[in-house]
Parts: sequence; structure tokens; C-alpha cells
Amino acid sequence: MGYRHGLGGETYHFPDLKTLLAVASSVRSGDQLAGLAAQSDAQRMAARYALADVPLRSFIQTALVPYEEDEVTRLIVDTHDHKAFALIAHMTVGEFRDWLLSHEADTAALARIAPGITPEMAAAVSKLMRNQDLISVARKIRVITSFRNTIGLPGCLSSRLQPNHPTDDLKGIAASTLDGLLYGMGDAVIGINPATDSVANGLALLDMLDQARQLYDIPTQTCVLTHVTNTLEIMNRGGAVDLVFQSVAGTQKANEGFGVNLAILQEAYDAALALGRGTVGQNVMYFETGQGAALSAGAHHGIDQQTVEARAYAVARAFNPLLVNTVVGFIGPEYLYDGKQVIRAGLEDHFCAKLMGVPMGCDACYTNHAEVDQDDMDNLMTLLGVAGITFLIGVPGADDIMLNYQSLSFHDILTLRNMLGARPAPEFAAWLERMGLYDSLTNHMRPLELGQTQLARLVGAA
Amino acid sequence: MTEYGKPQTQPGAVADAWQPLRGLTRARIGLGRSGNAQRTTDVLAFQAAHAQARDAVHAPLNVQAMEQQLRGAPCLHVQSRAMDRATYLRRPDLGRRLSGNSLHMLRKEAWDVVFVAADGLSSIATQTNAIPVFQAMQPLLHGWRIAPLVIATQSRVALGDEIAQAMGASMVVMMIGERPGLSVADSLGIYLTYAPYVGCPDSSRNCLSNIHAHGMTIPAGASKLAWLMQEARRLGLTGVGLKDAAPDQLAGSNTLSLHDKDTDA
Repeated sequence: MGYRHGLGGETYHFPDLKTLLAVASSVRSGDQLAGLAAQSDAQRMAARYALADVPLRSFIQTALVPYEEDEVTRLIVDTHDHKAFALIAHMTVGEFRDWLLSHEADTAALARIAPGITPEMAAAVSKLMRNQDLISVARKIRVITSFRNTIGLPGCLSSRLQPNHPTDDLKGIAASTLDGLLYGMGDAVIGINPATDSVANGLALLDMLDQARQLYDIPTQTCVLTHVTNTLEIMNRGGAVDLVFQSVAGTQKANEGFGVNLAILQEAYDAALALGRGTVGQNVMYFETGQGAALSAGAHHGIDQQTVEARAYAVARAFNPLLVNTVVGFIGPEYLYDGKQVIRAGLEDHFCAKLMGVPMGCDACYTNHAEVDQDDMDNLMTLLGVAGITFLIGVPGADDIMLNYQSLSFHDILTLRNMLGARPAPEFAAWLERMGLYDSLTNHMRPLELGQTQLARLVGAA
Repeated sequence: MTEYGKPQTQPGAVADAWQPLRGLTRARIGLGRSGNAQRTTDVLAFQAAHAQARDAVHAPLNVQAMEQQLRGAPCLHVQSRAMDRATYLRRPDLGRRLSGNSLHMLRKEAWDVVFVAADGLSSIATQTNAIPVFQAMQPLLHGWRIAPLVIATQSRVALGDEIAQAMGASMVVMMIGERPGLSVADSLGIYLTYAPYVGCPDSSRNCLSNIHAHGMTIPAGASKLAWLMQEARRLGLTGVGLKDAAPDQLAGSNTLSLHDKDTDA
């Protein structure tokens, strides 16, 4: 059958739903690389007109990757909440956009429909939304999770403190951690990307982080972002695992490229739950995603990069994560060419994840071979802050000396918190105040010298 | 100017309490602030470093100078299908395949391993570190049949798969310039792949990254690589299956994260 729409005297034909979604997408280099992008602006608009008329039910009836071939499709289909979907089942994609923007679609209504929304529906409606739509709808959605503190409350903006070091030097990592804590960072997680991805190294890093956390009784969680199979082994050996981390993608084959499948994730999820280390709650998973991951693994099945990215949120959603973040600018200019594309992708990823009920944060970042700079990051973080992003990643001076890319600085996130009147997670804010670092009346972090804080012992203890 | 804009205590500046900690990491710690914002000197240092890193991405590999570094040892020069830098950056697929001429030039023999020195995203890294790594490996690989070094330009990691296939090598060691960071523009990554073939997945590789003066040293990297290569040969595989059972963290990471730097980059 297919879809068609006439525009400017020409009739455009789209053979199937995934072609329609791809052509309707805003410009990005990854879809061009995959040969899926619109051939002209007019063709893109014809696709958007046609997409607006597609009933949401079509996304239930049409699997973009066959059910028999792909466990992510099976997960999406088998866990779809028909009761939640019934509330919006009569709508087309265009009507769904209008409803999402209506006052009727308030926080409670959006929470009710979340389990009924499939990744493909979320991606489809996002393609008809302008940036301000992505922001204003996401802003209405609350996804609250907890472990040793509560993430995602209204008026809060959490942060991951990322103290990476090129040789995993414990004292070097401790020095960066100390720096971040003095800026009020780390309520989402203190999380290290290890330079050496081994069990022994992961154990050593986790031990150091856990001791630092206990030394000051910090109400947060720590994580070494090693492969899930390493984390399983670390748990077997009695390591201090708060959160299980894994990069995930939107198709079975792309996940195989990461060396994971749903069964391994389930095994790790069960093992981390059994540790019972959370005090406030038991959300024990941390996932990272990013547009382009599936294509780079040759596993996108002809689906545009934003739609296949949204399928990764179905994987994340199945394991009740504490945190998920898109590493939006990391993958490089062949997927997101410039600041405009990175900003749009960051807003889409946040919107789609939140719509599906996933606690989405963002590593607002870029590499030195992309046409992006820190001004673009200022724009992206401010837009995401207004949109109610769950957390942002901060590294010292915005310069990650291990992964060789730029994210946000601690200063940036502090600036954003102050501009928006947003606070750290309440348990963490109370701790910062007890430590004399934070003035809750003004929502200011006190600019202390090292000698003025007992936290400075953290480096000596590492 | 400081090296790649790395913040350092300016001459005449008062050494602050952070100074001892700066010896522990090259991260931009203890910057201080004005209100919540970074100070002017730090903002300018960051922007200068970004400018230099962007320039490093576009500098071409000096193949002739590398041949001279080899002092008469045999080597080959191949090119990918990406004909220039602009194409290379937008079309990673072309950077993973050999140009027709290059493919024709390679002859099939029976090698245990081929080493490839590839420009990747930082020719400076390759220029500085690849041949010293290659030379450091020689005494660690007694009895191995080592193919002549292949120098590859406009190359991605996976170009090594096609090179190894064409030359009949059992495994490939891809030494490739990692995307330049603000503090380090000369970081080399090494990817080891057993029984490589065109289209083989990234999960079948093992990676050592951050080989540069301030990261992993060349002797340390060489000894880790030698261990990985011996294990790869013993087990007949690389990647996820090659676990690091060695006692002293003698292992590389599997390339299994969104944060892998150069498989696609």
C-alpha cells in the first residue's frame, strides 16, 4: 500500500512506514550517510503531511523490525500496555501532537499514557514537533526514580559527576571528584568511564568511590561504567556495585554489537536488586544511548537514526532504570553534523524518552571533528533545562581528558541551576548544606577555598 | 601559550591550594569562578585549546617521515576510499575500505600478524607513537611471522580488517590516531582483531587507548598488547570472549560502549 501526499503539484509516494518516518525526519548527516534522508525539503514536508494522517494504531500493527527476528521488537510488542494506549488509540499522529500540547494533557494524563506509547509512536510525533513543542511537552512530564536520593522531582536538576582519568589514577579521580562536589555535582551519580575496562580495575575504582562516599556519608550512588558482564563478575566478587551500567541500542543486532542482550541485562538487574544497596529506592540500572549507535553497528534495519534510538528507550524502560542519558554529540559529525543537529537530537531524545516514562538525562557534548562548540552546548543545556532534563553530565572545565571530548563544566551546570532556580536532589542538597557547601536560601554554592572544607581529605584517602 | 591551552599557573600568579592536586591529573580542576561562571583566562584557554584540536584533525599524515623513522625496514602505504579529509569525516564507510589501487598492491602471504599505522583523527598521534609501538613489539613477539608495516591514510579502524584479509594475516593490530582532545592531541589507540574480515563486528576487537606521553606509556602498552596477542592466539579469538584474567590489569577494553572513540570516529 504505502503512503502518498501531493505538494506543489507533485505527488510523493512512500512505500512503507519506515520510509515515511525517515523522510519526515529533520536533516541529519547520519540519515544521509544511511541513504534514508529526504531528497528535498518539499519531499520532507510531503512526508510530514502524510505522517500526520497516520493512525497511532498503525504503529501497533506494523513492526519496523520483524517480531521473529528481533528481541527488542518482541519486548515492545509483548509489554505494550493496551489499557494505557486505549486513551489515545483513536488519534492520528497529528492529532496526538495537538493533544500533547493541550492543557488537557497534564502531568497526570501524560503519566497514564506512558506505558501505552511505543518508541515508534514517540519518534513519529516528535517529527511533527518543533523544538519548542519538544520542550514544552517534556516539561510537563515527571519521571521520578530513587536509590540513595530522589531523582526527577519538580524544581530539581541533578548532575552526574564524571571524574575520568586517562590512566584511572585513583588520586587523580579523587581530585576531580572533590572539585565537582564543591560545585554541588554528583547527585545523579558519581560515575567513571574507566580507561581500562577490566574486572580488576573496576573493583579498584568502585572500592575507592565507595570509601569516599562512606567517608562523608554522601547520599548518592557511584558507578564504574564498565561492560555489564564485568559488573556481573564484580558483583560475584563482592564489589561495591550501586548501579549496573550498560550502553544499549534499539535493535537486537545493535545490542549484540555492544555484547549484550535482554537476558544478560535481566541477570545483572536481578543481581543488583538482590544486593539491596539502595536506601530511598531500588532503581539500580544506568543506561546510555545515542543516535547513530545502531547505524554504526550496521544494525539499523533501514530505520532512521532517531526512530531506532527511541527503541533503545524501550530496552531501558524494561529495567526500571535510575538514570538514562543520551550521549548526544559524542558519536561525531557523520551522524550529527553541527550544533543545530546536535541540539535538535538532544531535544528529541529527551522528549521521546520522557514520553515513554524513562528518566532521561543528557551528556550535552561534542567532539573536535564536529562543527560544534561550547556556545552550542550553552544553548542545548539551557533548552534541556527548561524542558526539565533529569540530569546533565559535568566534567572539570568541560574537558574530559580520558575520552577526549567536551561536555559541560561544573560551572555550566551551576549556572543553569541558578538561572532556572533549580536545585540538586533534596537528600543531596541537605547533605551539601550540612557540609557547609550550599546555602539553600539563595540556592548558591559557597565559593570555598580547599582549606575551608573537610572534603579535601577525600584525595588523601584515595 | 601553554600546551593545548592546558591551564597552568601563570608566571607571577600566586600558587593556590589546588596546585598539589593539579599534579595528580591534567583535568581542569580548581579553576575558581566569578559568580558561577568561569573566569576570562580559563574561557580563553579553553577556546584556544579547542582551536588547536580542530587544527590537529585536519593535518595530513607525513608518510615520508614515517618511512624514514623505519630506517630501511619494509613498509607499504595504502589509502582508503575516502579521497580527502572532508569526505573522510562524513563517510566513515569509505574510510573502512581500501581504494582499488591499494587493494591490488597487497599480496597474500601467510603472516601471524600485520601492524597498521593509520592516521585516524589525529595524524600527530600516529606520527609520534605508531612506529615506536611497532618497534617495541618486535622483541616481544619471538617466532611470530610479522608482515611489513602498513601505513594507511584517511583510515578508520575497520580498514585493518580488509588489509589483513588481503595480506593473509591471522590478526591485525590497528594503531590509529584517536580524536584529539583539548589536553591531548597525540593519543594513539590500538585495536587487536583476530581472524578479521570485512564487516566483522566491533565486539570482536580488544582496544588499548590513551597511549601518549601523559597516558599509557609505550612500554606499558606494548606489554599489554603482547599479552593480548598471545592469549588471542591461544584462544583463537579477540573481543568479548578474550577476558582479562591477567593479575595486574594486563588487558584492554572490549570496544563495547557508546564511548568508544575511533571505531567509527
